[in-house]
Amino acid sequence: MTAPQKSVDVFDEKTRELAREIIARFPEGKERSALLPMLHLVQSVEGYVSPAGVTFCAEQLNLTKAQVGAVATFYTMYKRRPTGEYLVSVCTNTLCNVLGGQEVYDTLSQTLGVGHDETTEDGKITLEHAECLAACDYGPVLTVNYDFFDNVTPESALDVVGKLKAGQRPMPTRGARLCSLKETALQLAGFADEREGAVADGPAGDSTLRGVRLAQQHGISPAGFDINTPIPTPSKEAAK
Amino acid sequence: MSTPSAATLAKLTPVLTKRWLSPDAWRLDVYERLDGYAALRKALAVHPDDLIALIKDSGLRGRGGAGFPTGLKWGFIPQNDGKPHYLVVNADEGEPGTCKDLPLMSHDPHSLVEGVIIASYAIRANRAYIYIRGEAVQAARRLRHAVQEAYKAGYLGKNILGSGYDLDLVVHSGAGAYICGEETALLDSLEGFRGQPRLRPPFPATHGLYASPTVVNNVGTIASVPYIVLGGAAWWKTMGTEKSSGPMIYSLSGRVKNPGQYECSMGITLRELIELAGGMQDGHQLRFWTPGGSSTPLLTGDHIDVAMDFESVAAAGSILGTTAVQLFSDQDCPVYATYRWLEFYHHESCGKCTPCREGNYWMVRVYRRILSGEGTLEDLDTLLDTAANILGRSFCGLGDGATSPVTSSLQYFKQDYLDYIEGRKAPKLSAHALAGAH
Repeated sequence: MTAPQKSVDVFDEKTRELAREIIARFPEGKERSALLPMLHLVQSVEGYVSPAGVTFCAEQLNLTKAQVGAVATFYTMYKRRPTGEYLVSVCTNTLCNVLGGQEVYDTLSQTLGVGHDETTEDGKITLEHAECLAACDYGPVLTVNYDFFDNVTPESALDVVGKLKAGQRPMPTRGARLCSLKETALQLAGFADEREGAVADGPAGDSTLRGVRLAQQHGISPAGFDINTPIPTPSKEAAK
Repeated sequence: MSTPSAATLAKLTPVLTKRWLSPDAWRLDVYERLDGYAALRKALAVHPDDLIALIKDSGLRGRGGAGFPTGLKWGFIPQNDGKPHYLVVNADEGEPGTCKDLPLMSHDPHSLVEGVIIASYAIRANRAYIYIRGEAVQAARRLRHAVQEAYKAGYLGKNILGSGYDLDLVVHSGAGAYICGEETALLDSLEGFRGQPRLRPPFPATHGLYASPTVVNNVGTIASVPYIVLGGAAWWKTMGTEKSSGPMIYSLSGRVKNPGQYECSMGITLRELIELAGGMQDGHQLRFWTPGGSSTPLLTGDHIDVAMDFESVAAAGSILGTTAVQLFSDQDCPVYATYRWLEFYHHESCGKCTPCREGNYWMVRVYRRILSGEGTLEDLDTLLDTAANILGRSFCGLGDGATSPVTSSLQYFKQDYLDYIEGRKAPKLSAHALAGAH
């Protein structure tokens, strides 16, 4: 193994241009705010935060590598080892867990032959157990590169990872068509999803709409809503 | 499935969720057809102080869990102080059980953007940030798209709709840290640091983002603003109770037939919510539930008629929180449920203060011992003692919240603990799980 790569060898001019765009989102003198998106940016190039990635962020923001490293190691989504093309996260927090999420995770772990935060030998899948993914009405859930597969069972989860390993991209239940983890990381850095039609993907699920549909079926809506209701102007009264 | 009674159905108040029925409401043109940006035009025509007065008058309280009066918060921002002001939206939804902000941002992102512009105008901020949970990629796609559309249409940027008012809005993705839902940790994270809470005072109202006056509000809070501007404070107060006004999105999950989002008048009871959700699943009897996420003390079947507003839930010994109602049945184990939540708090503890960092570490270990059949009666005292040393002694609410399931499950379900300890119940965790636990 040779010495760690220099950031200039890993990150091209395009990446540096994107880094400047990130910095421009914040007021002058507050460049450090760009650090989280910039860490997502280096992950979009390398799939994880490497020593070269830490150096790159430090150079762009005039920080020390220790300052960048301290932040990078704090957050779960920054990976410290190379990741697969797909990050499969299974919620095993209490609600999903008792509904079968633990069984889903255990099944995937056994079948893929990897544990938490480990990657299959073919470099396709990194598996992790996740904490609450904010989709409890669809539990148990898993995500692939953070897009949702709802109400999964061990069988349906095996079907998803089987397809991923075979080079297919199954459609998430809610969310956009899948892309690679690196492409997702670029979106996390704050850049638009440029794929034609991807933003339109992902209809609202049944659970999301349950209450509002029930109200619609029974013709219920809050009475007295008039958009022309004037806004009282006490400030004018006070000025008199 | 039985139809809910007319009286229960009448508690439904679709306001923030109404546009979700229109599949393309995330597009600007559809949003505009559905009253979109009408509130902004109205708001820009009045003095900012009138908007603060309007929100105060509506009685709107924060939807992120604490229920602080929103208008009061806005009123704390010092004016004519020569400093830049900031609005920061807390979209770091992650409290276990909570799942209402992600659908809102995915299916009606412009309502949040419109609320941001009105709120920023009211507090005289020219920059606003939406700090969205990193994992929420689909919601972020839609939100970023909405922000782009709003800029193009002149709702954001310089001289908004010819009013002379300028606002820039950035959607900023987090990176997987529950603690960043705590408002001062969120601000540190937004400044590019580890997300760790700050000592208060000073409060964000005077020393927030970049040590400048800052309002931090939850997604649901800000998305409520356009409706109050349109319909007025009096209309808003026709929903909810005197002290907990307006509609609230109740998120039902777990052992009900139809889990999902139910936007209802605040003060609806769990019995009525279960009725709306088609009843409990067959073969499941309600045993315990969280009124507003895992950080709110567990309640039991005896609390099924408690009104779910801020005051009534507090009077019942819990917290309304984020109205994330997780329902568990007689087939679920409260000891195991608590253990899994503690694994979560242990993982998410930021490490800044000792009671939370060490306390959760040790409580997880005690739970593993009890659940693997190796527990002792003394362990129960150890748990209560540890919880007592975390609650009120932690730097922020994360530590306090971690003790909620511990003390409440010991209060209501001590027998379940004793059953593991005294060998009446088979161990839930194996010795293998003990050794290999991470």
